[in-house]
Amino acid sequence: MTLNAALYNFCLRIADNNMILGQRLAEWCSKGPILEEDIALTNLSLDLFGEAESFYEYAAALDNHTKTADDIAFLRNERQYFNFLIVEQPNGDFAFTMMKQLLYACYARLLYSRLSDSKDERISGLSAKAVKEMRYHFRHSAEWIIRLGQGTELSKHKVQFALDELWRFTDDMFEMNETDEVLIEAGMSFNIKELYAEWREQVGDIFSQASLEIPEYHFDIKGGINGIHTEHLGHILCEMQYLQRAHPGATW
Amino acid sequence: MSDEMMLKQFQSRIDNGEKIEPGDPMPDAYRKTLLRQISQHAHSEVIGMQPEGNWVLRAPSLRAKKILLAKIQDEGGHGLYLYSAAESLGIDRDEMIGQLHAGKAKYSSVFNYPTLTWADIGAIGWLVDGAAIVNQTMLAKCSFGPYSRAMLRICKEEGFHQRQGYEIMARMMSGTAAQKEMAQDAMNRWWWPSLMMFGPHDTESVHSSESMKWKIKVESNDRLRQRFINRTVEQAHHIGLIVPDPLLKYNDQTMNWEAGPINWEEFYKVINGDGPCNHKRMLHHIKYHREGGWVRDAARAFAEKQQETADTSIY
Repeated sequence: MTLNAALYNFCLRIADNNMILGQRLAEWCSKGPILEEDIALTNLSLDLFGEAESFYEYAAALDNHTKTADDIAFLRNERQYFNFLIVEQPNGDFAFTMMKQLLYACYARLLYSRLSDSKDERISGLSAKAVKEMRYHFRHSAEWIIRLGQGTELSKHKVQFALDELWRFTDDMFEMNETDEVLIEAGMSFNIKELYAEWREQVGDIFSQASLEIPEYHFDIKGGINGIHTEHLGHILCEMQYLQRAHPGATW
Repeated sequence: MSDEMMLKQFQSRIDNGEKIEPGDPMPDAYRKTLLRQISQHAHSEVIGMQPEGNWVLRAPSLRAKKILLAKIQDEGGHGLYLYSAAESLGIDRDEMIGQLHAGKAKYSSVFNYPTLTWADIGAIGWLVDGAAIVNQTMLAKCSFGPYSRAMLRICKEEGFHQRQGYEIMARMMSGTAAQKEMAQDAMNRWWWPSLMMFGPHDTESVHSSESMKWKIKVESNDRLRQRFINRTVEQAHHIGLIVPDPLLKYNDQTMNWEAGPINWEEFYKVINGDGPCNHKRMLHHIKYHREGGWVRDAARAFAEKQQETADTSIY
């Protein structure tokens, strides 16, 4: 794999995570538990779409602009999407959505923070900007997880259920493939597994403040970065890509 | 002070162009009218998130998606802002939401129409927000301070919404045959409901005369509607859209575009609950408000526990 191809894939991985999680959060539009939170959820979604766009644009540039950022987002199929499995999981209830957000945002904040030192200037620049947004996403979701964990018996039950269900998708975020090998060699990325200990400690800290327990079942579900997804992704793309697919070549 | 004296002093403040603030003496009917109007306005912003939210997941480009989400977020923010303005008159948001759910409080009838294609998002931004701006620019001059200030702020954002809506229409009108057809179809469906947003003709309007006297309104429905028509017809022609009104004609003397008769039967039908989406919009709001109940309970319980800890830590 050439360095250019690795960078391209890496941009897609980051952008796809943002795109799919942004799409999931946007499903909350007009459905929030309170108006303030409705606005907050769409705001998180908007941040993610913004990040997705920046990384898709970089990918388009790496590919000599043979495709636009929109082409890359709206015209790839399930097996060509490299997002993590966790971000494509259905929203469930508010506790489930916030848990998903916490697990991902904690990871993403650490990732971008390390990538801010990338030898690739554009990756480091985009990451330095994204890390600020992820700090806020982490804080917002962490506050809710604690609030729900310490709120009522029902909210505690729901947020513990969310953790039990979603935990099985967390190892997938720390997978690596040839893309990573090439980028590490070039000093543009790093060993993603190095993030795990810190991530585990930080989410663990929030869970202990929320009186939640990390489940102890065995799990081994991986594949997002290699385009092996859960059954949910196809449905998301179906909806998201409908107009682009139905009207090829049209501009909007 | 006698009621009569109060009323007289109040009217003279209004006539002098002073702003009335929440703590000031005001006739009960003034307070009630404002409450009705501001809460209806707040509900409209919130219910309006539904027809637009219907297309967020299917927006056809990254840019369009971001713009639409930001717009919906603005509407939610306007809702919050307006609920606060209404609360300054002595009512809380829960009570207003209760009135909405009970069918006692209304929201803008225009949101009882469905958004069937992407072009509807353009039409809503351009026509519905365009009509709202004309109305809200007038309301920015109204006599009640908090409402007037809210309108000033909201108008700035609505101006942006209207431009983005028009941009969607313009792009589609310079696109493929299918896109043009979609845009014209949206125009055909949203034109008349937009004109109806200004309410009944001046001769028929039940709330108008008192509202004008107290400067809750400073211009009449028909005058505002005419301003909107004049502006919008030119914009439609500029991008090749046909205004779906065979009787529309330009009057050289008055320099107005004169519209054909509005179908008031439909207007009252939709207002009274028989529009295509009345039931859906309300059901949606009630459903998600109820579903969020446990989250609000949890937040409240958590806040109380925090408060208790804070109280005991003093000792």
